[in-house]
Amino acid sequence: MTEIQSDPIEQWASSNDYKYGFVTDIEADSLPPGLNEDTVRFISAKKEEPEWLLEWRLKAYRHWLTMKEPTWAKVSYPTINYQDIIYYSAPKQEKDKPQSLDDIDPKLRETYEKLGIPLKEQEVLAGVAGASVAVDVVFDSVSVGTTFKEKLAELGIIFCSFTEAVKEHPELVKKYLGTVVPYSDNFFATLNSAVFSDGSFVYIPEGVKCPMDLSTYFRINAASTGQFERTLIVAEKGASCSYLEGCTAPMRDENQLHAAVVELVALDDASIKYSTIQNWYPGDQDGKGGIYNFVTKRGKCAGRGSHISWTQVETGSSITWKYPSCILQGDNSVGEFYSVALTSRKQQADTGTKMVHIGKNTKSYIISKGVSAQRGHNTYRGQVRINKGAENARNFTQCDSMLIGDKCGAHTFPYIEVKNSTAHMEHEATTSKIGEDQLFYCNSRGIPTEDAVGMIVNGFCKEVFAELPMEFAVEAKKLLEVSLEGSVG
Amino acid sequence: MTAVDTKQDIQHWSDWKARMPKDWLAPAREAAMARFEALGFPTTRHEEWKYTSTAPIARQSFVAPSADAKVTAADLDRYLFAEQPGALAVFVNGRFSDSLSDLSALPKGITVMSLAAALESQRDVLEPHLTKHADYREHAFCALNTALFTDGIFVHVSEGTLVERPLHVLYLTTPSDDPTAAFPRNIYIAEPNSKVRLVETYGGQNGSVYFNNAVTEFVARDNAIIDHYQVQRESTDAFQVSTRQVFQTRDSNVSSHTLAFGGRLVRNNINTLLDGENANCMFNGLSVLRGEQHVDNHLRVDHAQPHCNSWEFFKGIYDDSSRGAFCGRIIVREDAQKTDAKQSNMSLLLSRDAMIDTKPQLEILADDVKCTHGATVGQLDDEAIFYLRSRGVSVDAARSLLIYAFAGESIGQVRIAALRDKLQDLLSERLHYGESLTFGRPFEYSDDFADLVRAADRRRET
Repeated sequence: MTEIQSDPIEQWASSNDYKYGFVTDIEADSLPPGLNEDTVRFISAKKEEPEWLLEWRLKAYRHWLTMKEPTWAKVSYPTINYQDIIYYSAPKQEKDKPQSLDDIDPKLRETYEKLGIPLKEQEVLAGVAGASVAVDVVFDSVSVGTTFKEKLAELGIIFCSFTEAVKEHPELVKKYLGTVVPYSDNFFATLNSAVFSDGSFVYIPEGVKCPMDLSTYFRINAASTGQFERTLIVAEKGASCSYLEGCTAPMRDENQLHAAVVELVALDDASIKYSTIQNWYPGDQDGKGGIYNFVTKRGKCAGRGSHISWTQVETGSSITWKYPSCILQGDNSVGEFYSVALTSRKQQADTGTKMVHIGKNTKSYIISKGVSAQRGHNTYRGQVRINKGAENARNFTQCDSMLIGDKCGAHTFPYIEVKNSTAHMEHEATTSKIGEDQLFYCNSRGIPTEDAVGMIVNGFCKEVFAELPMEFAVEAKKLLEVSLEGSVG
Repeated sequence: MTAVDTKQDIQHWSDWKARMPKDWLAPAREAAMARFEALGFPTTRHEEWKYTSTAPIARQSFVAPSADAKVTAADLDRYLFAEQPGALAVFVNGRFSDSLSDLSALPKGITVMSLAAALESQRDVLEPHLTKHADYREHAFCALNTALFTDGIFVHVSEGTLVERPLHVLYLTTPSDDPTAAFPRNIYIAEPNSKVRLVETYGGQNGSVYFNNAVTEFVARDNAIIDHYQVQRESTDAFQVSTRQVFQTRDSNVSSHTLAFGGRLVRNNINTLLDGENANCMFNGLSVLRGEQHVDNHLRVDHAQPHCNSWEFFKGIYDDSSRGAFCGRIIVREDAQKTDAKQSNMSLLLSRDAMIDTKPQLEILADDVKCTHGATVGQLDDEAIFYLRSRGVSVDAARSLLIYAFAGESIGQVRIAALRDKLQDLLSERLHYGESLTFGRPFEYSDDFADLVRAADRRRET
């Protein structure tokens, strides 16, 4: 019995090569490493940005200089030298963007083919009209392919790269940029505000239900390029959309910094569903070379009856520092957070959510599943805050942790702050390991231990996977299986 | 909730520095004072003090209480239980009172005396423990106590001794013109196979302002049992910081109950180190607050060895504009396999202005463990009130009944019948309901020690 038990753990520790580790050699139009006001001006000029945006970036940069890097998260990493990072790199094709999928650089397509997901999938999906996925591919900080634009345009939906949005819809960008995550929000968000390169912009007009899932595949490519995306999604009254974000990255020796900002704005009765699969390079067995993922994601339920739902599957990155949050400002608004975070090798994840109840009858729902293996450390850190005026607020939180192996750690740090006595709060947390009896049961029915571990972990995460859009759910399951691969003999 | 310039505020304490006793603990006291000066009072920027501002304590300057306070046996009455306990030790303004105490009924094998006396006569017993468990290097209040304490209770239970009747330790603070500060320091040492039951009551008259900074060190040796109760009935203008540091070895069983009724600003630090296999600990708490009261219960259970069980169960009832805070941290170290740790924090908000912040935390480094925590915040159930009203029960009585039921789970854990009755009376006094309610006991536990161990087994099974 114990023998069966010890097997997966020992095997888990064995090398498990990162499947998606490769580098595409595209000559990048890069800045030298370093950060100063000129860097900010260069990025802004390169993107032909209006004066007000440059001013905004500079304001952020100057504020950033006064800030200290936060140390409260339960993660440790060598000090980052912000002068060693390249803040801008764009693929050569920037000036003549491809008009269709066929025009996309074959090397780039090859990259995606190796990944086994995006462009291939695009082709397939492009052939199948109707229910399909529109993909805005971000390749090294600049968006190179945007599809289904016309189809979306018919409905008045704007789905484009951030740079494009600044050029074509400056009034919308100006109106909403920084309203959810202000430029002075936190160290990494402020850095992003100063040097953000590109990202996605989505605008759903009043009453429009977006007919397809909008999707962006992020991918870090050129060596030591921090990628600083900025995503802004606005859903007008009664509008709704589902947004997918997924990423894989090639193998690196140096740690790469990734500090993205995502802002969601939902007006009256609007709903936004934001799903993420994050599978960046987690580093080798000693945690060397993985991605530093310091992300600020926040949604504002500004209108009555609005709804924002975050779903994330975090399996990559050597360090994850990410708290997708909801500000429940409108009465009757709803915030949701579903998360699976898997840490193995020497990964560290400090992730969770923040639900700030401001409006009356607001509801929030949190389901977090943490899986730790090998020497991974997984921390759930979440805050639920009921403000004074938030009558009849309701919250349910469940965070479960699973430990595989005796060198990993699982930590839970919830903060519950209630300033209104009509609130109903429930919080539950459990920590456990895969039961020997469960494994024995599977073994006795001819299921090898590796499959059994996969099955049990997938079952453990099922509640979250159920929230993912179809394509992502399949990918997420596959990802977990890949991560569990090689864990047993 | 503003941050205080603590460096400036500790200036008040420079007068106190001169009062540091010059005894054999002088090196530790010096070190502790230096630490206090370096740390200053914690501010709400401190993660551990996020929800409790020490500014009211830091801003106040305190004088030493007068030594000749007049307290008669009649003043003690309201703090005693119906049936007298085995022995009574009384401290007035932090000093042991010979005339009010009665330690004659103690059985053989237990030594109870004032710490001031024990420092002289029991040095060999004290030296390995006193100031060794409670950490003055990181905690400002503990450092302040370590530097300045002069008296407290010393309890030493020798090997194999069973003390069935509870020892009651009463700390009384008398009203004075200037706010006073006291630093009670207690130490409970239970040698192998011994059993002891202790009740501490902190009392003071409403309206008087004082500061009690108490530190208690518990040592439970192999297979020892300590059953401890702390009843806080301080003045509603008083400040109290109470630190309990528990050190447990193999098969020991410690339970500590915190029953908070009084105080303006109360902080309870309850820490345990489970440093032996199959050590069990149980921390039960009930806070019944009203007015402007603020109680912060801060627990830290450190599972350092395998096969230990911990159980934390804290309930709070918050009325008016009272505020509650709870932080419970369970740490499971790398080797502490087969740990079973449970924690629960339930809060009942009775008024529009009551507030609660809760922070249950798990930090787990071993894989074969069972750890859970739960936290709920809610109000009285309207449907339940309606049900009672439809059966002719008045609104007040219905509310009282439901609150009583909520608190009953906590009070039911108290294993001294007379104390339980006392607590029931205190509770019904608080319920704004004229008649004293009498209810059956929520749990049918017997009060003997064997049942305490059985209860631990039961908890493990469920």
